[in-house]
Amino acid sequence: MPFDVYLNVAVGGILTGLVYGLMALGLSVIFGVVRVVNFAHGEMMTIAMFIAVVAFSAFHLDPLIMLIPIAAVLFALGYALQTGVINPFVTRPEHAQFLLMVALAIIISNALLIMFGPDARSVQTAYAFDSYQIGALIIDASKLYAGAAAIVFTAALFAFFRLMLLGKAIRACADNHTGAQVVGLDVKRLYALTFGIGAACVGAAGVMLTLIVDTTPLIGPSYTLLAFVIVITGGLGSLPGALLGGLLIGLTEALAGLTFSPSLKSMFAFAILVLVLLFRPQGILGRRLS
Amino acid sequence: MARLAAGLSPRSAALLGALFAVLVAAPFIINDYLLTVLIIILYFAYAGQAWNIMMGFAGQLSLGHAIYLGLAGYVAATLYVLLGVGPWLGLLAAIPICAACGAIIGFLAFRFGVAGVYFAILTIAFAEFARIGFDNWKFVNASSGLFLPVKQYAHNDLWRLRGDPTMFYYVILAATALLFMLCHLLLRSRMGYFWLAIREDEQAARATGIDTFRYKMYAVMISAAVTSFAGVFYAFFYNNLFPEQVFSISRSIEIILGPVIGGVGTLFGPILGAFVLTGLAEALNSAMTALGIDLPGATQVFYGICLLLVVAGLPDGVWPPLARRLGVGGSKK
Amino acid sequence: MTALLAVAAVSKRFRGLVAVDQVSFAVPPGAIFAVIGPNGAGKTTLFNMIAGAMAPDDGAISFAGEAIEGLPADAVCRRGIARTFQIVRPFPALSVEDNVTIGALQRHHEVEAARTQARSVLHRLDLFDKRHRIAATLTLPDRKRLEVARALATEPRLLLLDETMAGLRPTETDRMVEVLRALNRDDGLTILLIEHVMRAVMALASHVLVLDHGVVIASGAPEAVVRDPAVVQSYLGAEAV
Repeated sequence: MPFDVYLNVAVGGILTGLVYGLMALGLSVIFGVVRVVNFAHGEMMTIAMFIAVVAFSAFHLDPLIMLIPIAAVLFALGYALQTGVINPFVTRPEHAQFLLMVALAIIISNALLIMFGPDARSVQTAYAFDSYQIGALIIDASKLYAGAAAIVFTAALFAFFRLMLLGKAIRACADNHTGAQVVGLDVKRLYALTFGIGAACVGAAGVMLTLIVDTTPLIGPSYTLLAFVIVITGGLGSLPGALLGGLLIGLTEALAGLTFSPSLKSMFAFAILVLVLLFRPQGILGRRLS
Repeated sequence: MARLAAGLSPRSAALLGALFAVLVAAPFIINDYLLTVLIIILYFAYAGQAWNIMMGFAGQLSLGHAIYLGLAGYVAATLYVLLGVGPWLGLLAAIPICAACGAIIGFLAFRFGVAGVYFAILTIAFAEFARIGFDNWKFVNASSGLFLPVKQYAHNDLWRLRGDPTMFYYVILAATALLFMLCHLLLRSRMGYFWLAIREDEQAARATGIDTFRYKMYAVMISAAVTSFAGVFYAFFYNNLFPEQVFSISRSIEIILGPVIGGVGTLFGPILGAFVLTGLAEALNSAMTALGIDLPGATQVFYGICLLLVVAGLPDGVWPPLARRLGVGGSKK
Repeated sequence: MTALLAVAAVSKRFRGLVAVDQVSFAVPPGAIFAVIGPNGAGKTTLFNMIAGAMAPDDGAISFAGEAIEGLPADAVCRRGIARTFQIVRPFPALSVEDNVTIGALQRHHEVEAARTQARSVLHRLDLFDKRHRIAATLTLPDRKRLEVARALATEPRLLLLDETMAGLRPTETDRMVEVLRALNRDDGLTILLIEHVMRAVMALASHVLVLDHGVVIASGAPEAVVRDPAVVQSYLGAEAV
């Protein structure tokens, strides 16, 4: 196959990978701070995707315009979830928390199925079939905008954690739970905020994804797993790692889909997961666990 | 028989005997629809108990048990469709394949220190890998599915598992009873004690001289091997296999619902959980049909809510408090 | 007399911090050997290396003439070294009897035989009456005795006790001392113990090793060690003498 086909697919994969990275960032933030393995991550994203799709079909609102409002809705949802449902489980054993999230995931995805039916929905924006050409490179407009939005959102997130006091407080919480309490940080509120932020990330990523893929109620689990693969590959506890993992997975997925068969591309993500778990369990940028 | 009865209080033995008697008599009492419901209940009781060996006894959380269902189902079904090999022989082929698969997963996880939630994620990854793989494998008809030939038979063919619901019922009843007895024996064996130690505190178990790697491997392999029967039964009962369905994470989650709701680690939990869950689900379905409501996904929402309630309110499951009321123990041993 | 346990120039580093620095000593069979020293001296790290919970970076450990450094914890236990933990760890959801039976199953492969052995150990540690209680419901002193019972059930030649007296009242400490003394005297069980409770050390030990900052600063008979100026300065304080 000619080189430019590979190049175009690779670039498309990288752009998609930026969105994956944002999705995984949400998971990483939640796990790094609240220490909950959010099995309902993909389902939260599906909620955001459906809001975007419905807003588009009812009011012709471009998903990218709805980005901030939907992220805000997901923030509120995540905050409420942590405060109301998950917080009582903080002292329970790991697998109990995990099963709680599994239960939530089942309820959400099937509730969406009841509400919207199993058919796929897509967002056909005005620019859905546009593309930009730079030399031999042809880039889908949708993917370009989605990728750009992802970069902006991610940059804002990083700025928040580095520069704002609240962001630093959350990082302190992640680093040292007891120490954070000792210096007077309201850990419960910070947990809720963090879950909200994580949910907002995954909601934003979902909105961007509506430009790239179709929306169905049951796609949650595969994206939850993808997010886990990315976070584990990039490195637990490392935000840049989640981004790097996203890019890597987006790229390999796209190239694998091209080289072998589109339906096999998910298999590569899992193969990577197994390899990472076996040979470099801390991930590419993660710190080695003692 | 005496060895089996050992460790069971007279009261437990009596209750168990009564339950078994009722179950044996069931086909003569209830109609075909209810019989099918019972078959499904017993199927989940069986699969849940098989899963329980890994989780309840040895503490390893598997959320990808569907892989064993699918592998076994496809092995047996393919042998039947292509070579006319009966399911019981197909089972003989499926068991080592499932055990080997379990061994691979176990080895990769345990040698490299993948534990807890990460182990669960690894099992999900393997099941998904199998799902996508089979979905694209022309040899087994990929996503179009594999169909077993069904004809109207004049009589039940036990050898080929072709027949009416009553035949399937007794097969699954016998299997569940045998598995129950096997688990009872396992729990009272040296290996069973070592599993409990590993489940309780793996490091302390090692300090007490237990080779935890070896025993965890045994748990995974035995659980996988035993689950294979459920896969074969599934294939021959439903007569079709779609990778999308049989390897789906929904199957894996359905398997764990019974034990989690009934009581992980207890002997009777998975059976009770299967009765409660499937029984209630069927009641819900019947009610909805009667009211003319058709909501695909409602059963799953119901399962999710049950799981939520049990995890939140009854962390040890429904069986232990019930067992105490009945005066039959119900501890985790 | 050849030592039962010989530790030769063993070291352990944790990312730049030297926890144990070239420590050597030998424990003769039948001895009760105490390791004392301030917190952070490296005592538990030393124990963990002997018991197989971690491997030393340098040095050699031999037990009954066989090299055991780097062996995993379960292999070490099967060779005849049993241990207890500083923060007590019985199997919480299991009964007292089941806890000890699991230990006994190391040497007795038949469950009934193991159970019989477990019961006799429970008698010796005065836990027989509580054998059906669930471990998590026991008091701290009882859980400590349970852990010792579980370790004893594996029929070790050397018992490693990590701060077993911590948190016990003086009467309970005396009881435990009596039990250990009886095991040493009647069964010839060699005991290596980490202790802060000097009352127990003086009552039990035939030999004391003092660690500070990973280094041996004194070694010898209890009475002599306790008066050693270096030991007094770094650990005991003048009032203890």
